[in-house]
Amino acid sequence: MLGLLETGSGFWSAIIWILLVLVIGNLVIYIRNKGEDSYKKNTEQDKPFISGNPEESKESSHLSASHIYWGFTEALKGYYNPLVKMHTGNINDYSSWIIVITAIILIMVGVSG
Amino acid sequence: MNLSNHIPILIIAIPLLAAFLVPLISRINKKATGILTTLALSVSLLLTIVLAVKILTVGPQVYVFGATSPSLTLPSGLKFPIRIMFQIDAMSIFMGLITAVVSFLGATYSLSFTKKYDGVDKYYSLLLLLTVGIFGMEFTGDIFNFFVFLEIASIASVALISFRGVDLGEPAEAGFKYMVVSSVSALMVLFAIGIFYGEYDVLNIAAIASVIKYSQLDKIALGLLMPVLAMKAGAVPMHMWTPDAYSEAPAPITMMLVAASQASLYALFRVVFSLYNISLNTLTVGWIIIIFGLLSMFIGVTMAIIQKDIKRLMAYHAISQTGYMLLGVGVGLAVLANPEALKNYGITAMEGGIFHIMNHAMYKGLLFLTAGALFFRTGTRDLNKMGGLAHYMKYTTIFFIIGAAAIAGLPPFNGFASKLLIYESVYKFNPLLSIIAMVVSILTLASFVKVFHSAFLGPKLPQFKEVKEVPRSMVFAMAVLSCIIIFFGLFPDLIVKNLVHPAVMSLIEQLQYTGTVLGGM
Repeated sequence: MLGLLETGSGFWSAIIWILLVLVIGNLVIYIRNKGEDSYKKNTEQDKPFISGNPEESKESSHLSASHIYWGFTEALKGYYNPLVKMHTGNINDYSSWIIVITAIILIMVGVSG
Repeated sequence: MNLSNHIPILIIAIPLLAAFLVPLISRINKKATGILTTLALSVSLLLTIVLAVKILTVGPQVYVFGATSPSLTLPSGLKFPIRIMFQIDAMSIFMGLITAVVSFLGATYSLSFTKKYDGVDKYYSLLLLLTVGIFGMEFTGDIFNFFVFLEIASIASVALISFRGVDLGEPAEAGFKYMVVSSVSALMVLFAIGIFYGEYDVLNIAAIASVIKYSQLDKIALGLLMPVLAMKAGAVPMHMWTPDAYSEAPAPITMMLVAASQASLYALFRVVFSLYNISLNTLTVGWIIIIFGLLSMFIGVTMAIIQKDIKRLMAYHAISQTGYMLLGVGVGLAVLANPEALKNYGITAMEGGIFHIMNHAMYKGLLFLTAGALFFRTGTRDLNKMGGLAHYMKYTTIFFIIGAAAIAGLPPFNGFASKLLIYESVYKFNPLLSIIAMVVSILTLASFVKVFHSAFLGPKLPQFKEVKEVPRSMVFAMAVLSCIIIFFGLFPDLIVKNLVHPAVMSLIEQLQYTGTVLGGM
């Protein structure tokens, strides 16, 4: 069958996957279109819930890149601090890494027989 | 004269000739330089496709320079080849196809992208020379000739990375850094070539492979070649030049630099498989490549997540994706001496790794072009300053979504197909490696969700009210790459069966490689 990729443990077919997505998607849309009985249009149900705080203007509500995943990077400070420190931007360090890795590989290849 | 016999050299000669014609043409008409470049590269692309069909149907091709017949590898009375030659098998042409597509689309995209810059004639000349260098690295069967093409590609790259202007500082600094690391690597490659020549009196890769003994000197040569080729491919921890160079180069050049890095990766695979093969300790060297892969995947993606410069972020992802290729092929090498394991999962792992090279060139090329489109219209690469651009750049947004989904390994795009091959085969070798690869994919998705949210989503920002979609030539290049990504995603079996599997087998079967030149096949 065209599009059937043998992976050694099974197979993958994007076409079958798309057909499945279409079927499941249509089912989801059907359920969604049945509606929610308690919903009332043009009431406060339509407004975003922000714990009673005043709504900000649209322009100032955009979350910039630096704020995204702040918690993730903060939690992994112990990993990130030395890693970022390693990226000095200094060409001497770039060259040193090449020399160090070359030495390690030479030793590994040399002793491995 | 049968012109079809000369296709290998024409693929390189046409862009080389065009590179020297461009400065002359610019004296008459500056606009014609871009058109000439695009035309030359479109002819190269067509010829590469013709050659690919020939190689995949007839078998590997050789082109001997200066011989009475291009296929005369051993003139009468000689037991080893003395002339420079191109030796193009399924793996070489696989890489050649990537280079041809990427360089043609890079030139097409540049037609509009470079309008703001001065010295466009030099830009196109260098772009053509870079293409020549990459093609040469992939096609040559002579190790010293490889060094020459590596240098051509490196020198052209240095100038192109700095192209946006020495007065800007950062592009010049990135170019300088690339020049230093390239020089260090070139010297080490040259030293290794000297070892081979001193030991075996030949420079032809197939001829060296046929007599290689894996002596202490050969081990030193391998120890010099492996790290520098991995470094040029952007492997961690020698990757630090990559974010500098990729982010400062103009977007279409960054796409070409990805292809140049992959040519170095190809050279690494050619060295360990075609030159040394089972003469080396495959398990040790395989694990060295696997460790490079693991470090590249994980450190690349985690560094990407914290970036605020869109191109720098994508550069770290390029490092991370190179890790997948190293992992897949590394596993193949680790089990090369074990026929059962090689058959069970080694070949599939290599297919995943090699397929990922092509997929990566397409989606990473597309992503860099979308970043270039954003820079072209907004004048910034800082994600903190962007927002709401989907309102103004609808095509670019769609292309970005396709590229981001592909790199994150979401079905039904091409990245998923190659990653799936890697996950399932590597799992049989060592489950932990496969799990790390999957975690990296999730982090990749998270990182591109951040880019998508920061740059494209959100309300219309007043500073971007003048922004509009990029010109047609840029849209065309991105659209072609998107179509390729979707096609490869929908029909991965066609690509794996017709392009990837023959490429993998040409790496594994060293006797076929040497036999093409020395006979006895």
